[in-house]
Amino acid sequence: MSSQLSATPLHAWHQAHGARMAEFANYEMPIQYAGIVAEHHATRNAAGVFDISHMGRLRFDGPRADQLLDHLLTRRVIDMQTGQVRYSLVCNEEGGILDDVLVSCLESPSGKNYFLLVVNASNRAKIVHWLQPHLADFPDVEFHDVTDATAMIAVQGPKAIEICQPLLPASALSLGYYRAKVTEQMSKPCIVSRTGYTGEDGLELIVKAEDAPRVWENIMMSGREMGVQPVGLGARDTLRLEAGMPLYGHELDETIDPYQAGLGFACNLKDRNFVGREALEQKSKGDILSKRVGLVLDGRRAARQGANLLDSDSRVVGQVTSGSFSPTLDKPIAMAYLHPAVAVVGTTLDIDIRGTSVSAAIVPLPFYKKSSSL
Amino acid sequence: MSITPEQLRYCDSHEWAYVADKSAGIATIGISAFAVEELTDLVFMALPKIGQTVTAGSEFGEVESVKAVSPMYSPVSGTVVEVHSELVDKLESLSVDPYNEGWIIKVKMSDPAELDRLLDWDAYKKQCNH
Repeated sequence: MSSQLSATPLHAWHQAHGARMAEFANYEMPIQYAGIVAEHHATRNAAGVFDISHMGRLRFDGPRADQLLDHLLTRRVIDMQTGQVRYSLVCNEEGGILDDVLVSCLESPSGKNYFLLVVNASNRAKIVHWLQPHLADFPDVEFHDVTDATAMIAVQGPKAIEICQPLLPASALSLGYYRAKVTEQMSKPCIVSRTGYTGEDGLELIVKAEDAPRVWENIMMSGREMGVQPVGLGARDTLRLEAGMPLYGHELDETIDPYQAGLGFACNLKDRNFVGREALEQKSKGDILSKRVGLVLDGRRAARQGANLLDSDSRVVGQVTSGSFSPTLDKPIAMAYLHPAVAVVGTTLDIDIRGTSVSAAIVPLPFYKKSSSL
Repeated sequence: MSITPEQLRYCDSHEWAYVADKSAGIATIGISAFAVEELTDLVFMALPKIGQTVTAGSEFGEVESVKAVSPMYSPVSGTVVEVHSELVDKLESLSVDPYNEGWIIKVKMSDPAELDRLLDWDAYKKQCNH
């Protein structure tokens, strides 16, 4: 098993810098360096640098690439302008979620538009397989899985832009939220997007695999005085949880539909057809079976995925999908799916944590919002 | 008097036992510096109650970090006679000195011979470095 694990182009750096490595989505990934809490606070207060090269990067070229993706994604693609990024879902015909993705409309240096789909590492093989019959329907669309040829680095936190200032052209630093462009880092190609998975401002960079260690070192060097830290998947998870962002395999899977997940905004049903549209139209009109909520727990003990939520009559009314101790709130927090009748902010429920009952209050998501003073 | 790691006996699962006075038959139990380092960012500890029976190799409590929950296994069998309940509110002392300030419970042993089955410091150290 371990002999088959993939390594990102930054693997050697992580090992040389004392990262604790573990398997994630068939990659050997850094889980933590200095410690989850220290890395979490560094990202909230200064900046964190994340190796997210395990995320799948799928490229679609050709004049009909937009039509193909419009047919596959719940979000409208055909009206996307160059430089736009959209969050979307990929659903099956039944309206279950196959993946949540970012789709970017980019312009290559030669002046041609293409689309980049960033998919979850754990879903990459599934999505690539699922794409095949659809690609066959669009033989003129050129498809490349560019994951292995590239690396992806996220710089997140209030100092992220400042840290990238010496490294990127002004046009990349002034990108609006959910905007992206193809540019250069030290005269090497680099895709920059103003996106992230932490609840902070920041950038995500895609570079050629062989350029990744140099770009990573440049960021670390530029950010040293500003308190930049390398951040592993451990803090990536606590950061996204505080930001109320769903994670595939926890809040999202094929048995969950976008409306339950609170992601109805990512489904454009009007005047278009796409895989799963009919099922989603039915679901958008029907009763929601369960609803994603945020919970703050009493005490210090976190509820983990699978913990049951009980009402005052000890009936199971839902289940925790993600839970952790929140370093920012200094309290345990969780996301859960709950029966809609009880999924009301302010309601108090009991969580069964391995046989111990702990009180939890339903709170609005996200748990954490960055201050707007940018 | 300060206890040093060399004086302790260890489980594979990183708990230690220390017997100050053989005739009293009471073992002090904690977790090793290696375990604390591995767990990092401790946030919670669930402890047994005084009078509770523990069995060698069985769970007597759990320790929780930001990342995960880990069971703690008793190195010896017996009855819990003391619980370091203040530790729950100062888990950071486990990072400072897991062998003194960081003791967890004291157990009146029912079978002191079980101590001989535990690892000594050299064997334990070797296991941690594998």
